[in-house]
Amino acid sequence: MNGNVTGRGGEAFRTVTSRVAVFPQENVDTDQIIPARFLKIIDKAGVGTHLFEDLRRAPDGSLKSDFPLNMKENEGAAILLAGRNFGCGSSREHAPWALVGAGFRAVISTSFADIFKNNALKNGLLPVVVDAATWSALAGVASTGGQVRVDLRGQDVQWQGGKVSFGIDSFARACLLNGTDELGYILGHENEIAEYERRQERGVQS
Amino acid sequence: MTPQSPRTLFDKLWQAHVVHEEPETPTLLYIDLHLIHEVTSPQAFEGLRRRGLRVRRPERTVATVDHSIPTKRGPIQDALAAGQISTLERNAREFGIALYGTDHPQRGIVHIIGPELGLTQPGMTIVCGDSHTSTHGAFGALAFGIGTSEVEHVFASQCLLQQKPHSCEVRIEGKLSPGVGAKDVILALLARIGIGGGTGSVFEYTGPVVRSFSMEERMTLCNMSIEGGARAGMIAPDDTTYAYLAGREFAPAAFDGAVKKWGTYRTDDGARYDTTITLDVTDLGPMVTFGTNPGMGAQITAAVPDPSAIGDASQRASLQKALEYMGLRPGSRLSGHPIDVVFIGSCTNARINDLRQAAMVMRGKKVAPGVRALVVPGSYAVKRQAEAEGLDRVFVEAGAEWREPGCSMCIAMNGDEVPAGKYAVSTSNRNFEGRQGKGSRTFLSSPFTAAASAVTGRLTDVRSML
Repeated sequence: MNGNVTGRGGEAFRTVTSRVAVFPQENVDTDQIIPARFLKIIDKAGVGTHLFEDLRRAPDGSLKSDFPLNMKENEGAAILLAGRNFGCGSSREHAPWALVGAGFRAVISTSFADIFKNNALKNGLLPVVVDAATWSALAGVASTGGQVRVDLRGQDVQWQGGKVSFGIDSFARACLLNGTDELGYILGHENEIAEYERRQERGVQS
Repeated sequence: MTPQSPRTLFDKLWQAHVVHEEPETPTLLYIDLHLIHEVTSPQAFEGLRRRGLRVRRPERTVATVDHSIPTKRGPIQDALAAGQISTLERNAREFGIALYGTDHPQRGIVHIIGPELGLTQPGMTIVCGDSHTSTHGAFGALAFGIGTSEVEHVFASQCLLQQKPHSCEVRIEGKLSPGVGAKDVILALLARIGIGGGTGSVFEYTGPVVRSFSMEERMTLCNMSIEGGARAGMIAPDDTTYAYLAGREFAPAAFDGAVKKWGTYRTDDGARYDTTITLDVTDLGPMVTFGTNPGMGAQITAAVPDPSAIGDASQRASLQKALEYMGLRPGSRLSGHPIDVVFIGSCTNARINDLRQAAMVMRGKKVAPGVRALVVPGSYAVKRQAEAEGLDRVFVEAGAEWREPGCSMCIAMNGDEVPAGKYAVSTSNRNFEGRQGKGSRTFLSSPFTAAASAVTGRLTDVRSML
């Protein structure tokens, strides 16, 4: 199957090693990730500057010192450790665009909303599902400023003194590793698509 | 599974749309109808241009403008919104897509006009770059929201790669009381399962309550499936469905033949769902949310829950934070809480029956002093129908604003906003922090409850007014 994954060349995802920013709140919806007023764009430029805008900023526009992503120690973090059911709500792909735009390459949580997970995978942002014990261990690592390594080829998360494997749909993994996207694969099935349409037009759709 | 074994409605629709399957790869599914709007499509069109691709089946794609469009007539003041709308106009022209544009007499919220035009039909796969695409499942379609990359995939191939979700039967038992309806049922379901309770699944709503619902009520129910985390919600078609579709512009010409086929889109006796949830609604009263996600809801007669009574630390923290944002005191009564804004609209509750319910409560009454009430019909067709019935006069005479169709204050992209710190009773679908405007505080409710609250200026149990 992997050999069939062709398409637009993107940046291949292998590993990311970084400090971890922890945002433990559960059920963070995509309206929090990127508020709707920043969706009035026709491209993807600049969307990262508004990541978590209303959580990051006080009503007067100043940065809230207690918001995790505003803390000095989280500057440059490429891994976000997020609470349960991250990315719920709206289907806006602006959410992963904003996370990627702000420098994130992986989000680790105990669960993700379906549409967000799909959207993230299409943008080189790796959603990693871990169990609650691993989540706590990673939060511990983050609190000491330790580095965490997410390895997509090995399908594991490693830190000083720990390592756990994670599951990912093998197709999405191949796309990320090769820096390709799904459309090339889909268009490679033109004959079957055309055949399906012929069947549908003949009204023999099962 | 052999073809003879009993299948769920979801299984039937999924299998009927498989274009290609291979191991360790998501299924390539054919998409019958692709709905698009101005906010989540521009980058997908740009992707096509970059790759030199066309829209494979432009006649299966239908566009409208709803999210960022003002609900007052006149030139669009917001340059960004205007730019987004003109971009969709240009893209639709360039790629040969039918556009129900700004001044089109059939324009409206994408999930309202699809069914109204008869584009939405049983048995179809329907997608849109909008999570509330689940609405269309009310017709026995497999309908779900997608991201912009997937919008581009559908443009280019009329297909999508999808992992097959689980099936979950949501059986609604019992009998609803007067003043209690589909919105209360879905809010009760969400309060029970939480907003992640349906992740990875497709809901099929079954049972006597669902059968008794009108198409509009079924759409309200399916609309908020996504608030439970389910990609889609669906209801097997029946005579109510066929009666709704008959005579619609894009309904099949050979209607009787279509109905015969549509009748097969039901879950077979003996078919198994992966999971089943049963909800008895006999004792259900009007529901409102008290928190900052649609799962944080309770009957209007209830008290605001107390975080200290919750064992799980993470859930306790969530509730605490939500109540802080909402400015609500644990133990205080929901009913009677003062409000500032009432919004009657959105793809959840801006159809003609929703407006009729609101008007029934507001007729001959006045919006309470200090309260701003906004009524935004879901489409021009709804608006014309409401005006023909004199509903607009009921609202205007009560002191409410009667607007042009659009998503409006549900997503607050078009200038219709709830001011920071103010309380809104809203018939929309999301009460997330800042959803209706930065700092806005939302009580989600039915149109009945919203209208009753508009009149009293407080969260009000509509049953006292019917």
